[in-house]
Amino acid sequence: MCTLEKRGQLFLLKLTGNGEHRLNPTLLDNLRSAITQIRSDPSSSRSLLITTSDGKFFSNGYDLALAESDPSLRVVMDSKLRSLVADLISLPMPTIAAVTGHASAAGFVLAMSHDYVLMRRDRGFLYMSELDIELVIPAWFVAVIRMKIGSPAARRDVMLTAEKVTAERGLEMGIVDSSYGSAAETIEAAIKLGEEIVRRGVDGYVYGRMRETLLKQVLHTIGSNESASNRMRNSGSKL
Amino acid sequence: MSMCTLEKRGDLFLLTLTGDDEHRFHPDTTASVLSLLEQAKSQSTRGSVLITTAHGKFFSNGFDLAWAQSAGSQTGAVNRMHQMVESFKPVVAALFDLPMPTIAALNGHAAASGLMFALSHDYVFMRNDRGVLYMSEVDLGLPLPDYFAAMFAAKIGTSIARRELLLSGKKIGGEEAVGLGIVDSAAHDSAEGVVEATVSLGESLAGKKWNGEVYASIRKSLYPGVCAMLGLTAKIAASP
Repeated sequence: MCTLEKRGQLFLLKLTGNGEHRLNPTLLDNLRSAITQIRSDPSSSRSLLITTSDGKFFSNGYDLALAESDPSLRVVMDSKLRSLVADLISLPMPTIAAVTGHASAAGFVLAMSHDYVLMRRDRGFLYMSELDIELVIPAWFVAVIRMKIGSPAARRDVMLTAEKVTAERGLEMGIVDSSYGSAAETIEAAIKLGEEIVRRGVDGYVYGRMRETLLKQVLHTIGSNESASNRMRNSGSKL
Repeated sequence: MSMCTLEKRGDLFLLTLTGDDEHRFHPDTTASVLSLLEQAKSQSTRGSVLITTAHGKFFSNGFDLAWAQSAGSQTGAVNRMHQMVESFKPVVAALFDLPMPTIAALNGHAAASGLMFALSHDYVFMRNDRGVLYMSEVDLGLPLPDYFAAMFAAKIGTSIARRELLLSGKKIGGEEAVGLGIVDSAAHDSAEGVVEATVSLGESLAGKKWNGEVYASIRKSLYPGVCAMLGLTAKIAASP
């Protein structure tokens, strides 16, 4: 489901296989395990993480089919992704998402939870799909969006038009840092950027603490439960 | 005397502030607008969209300060101002709660609460030949209500734009408003042109046939600070 490699100072975390890399409980556990492994590596304070994927998808979001069959898993997946994103925010090293395929909803949030987003421009899009599939967007997703997408108009376009954001639009909106002609070029560029950053000799622990401070509002929202009046119901969105 | 009308054109609701006056938000005007918004809400279906516009030189020139002054005393004037500030809040709340996309087509000037009214919509289009945005408070010596400040913080992205709008007393035309990111478009040089452009956007949004309750919920989650001040909570249904 995911593999972890070390190349010099770079950790390469890859969502494997040609599927949609849906963030089901198992994949989320595997990802968190990988992060734990990274954290406990003795050289981690001078390292960097690159997250990428095989195939057409970076991640197509939560496993909604699984949630249909067992609604209690909705809360489980939400809780596990909250923990994973909190882990990424406190990770004592810079992080790069090399987006080589579609990133939708929770998958889009996972990409944005990295410090740098590099994306291919020949295909693929970032997509906050919820409006199109009649789901609401959790407050903590909105906290990530508010942090990572600076312009109110861009946030509105992402959330209220469910725009399929190409790399070019992503660059305009400031969600994507740079774009490349193919998946391979994107990964290569991520590695090159990673090596440059590591060469600067960043102290990972200081970096991680600074990122936590910068993203304090996001961590706060991740940590807080939605209030009782907002509690999730299993009955769907018909009101 | 009708101060505003609500028409239906296919999927589109058209709310118009009628007459050639300044469309100031006297408590009666506010009540009429609120009642029409409630009507639109009750008639909404998948694919509904609201477009708000006005006749004449003004979209809206803000609160009815003359009415406040005619109270005959300082206390009376302050009370009337307070009444207008408080009675306007439900209009903003109704727009944030409306189960459909909302578009403001600025036919002319939008000042103070008139600009707030415009910004309470999801999309704002203005003319490039006429009409300015103007936060007059700094010139009139009036403080900004807290929910006004929250709106600007939420909807206007750069500190430069917020300063220009709130602290400089500047009258901002279409081109500059687009540059500052305050409005979405100022590409038209007539009232009809702006309305046409908003109708075009409206029809393309209507074509998505979104669930209005979900749309409103996502909109409210996009602006948590303003909604908290207006006493609005996003109703959360199933997620993911």
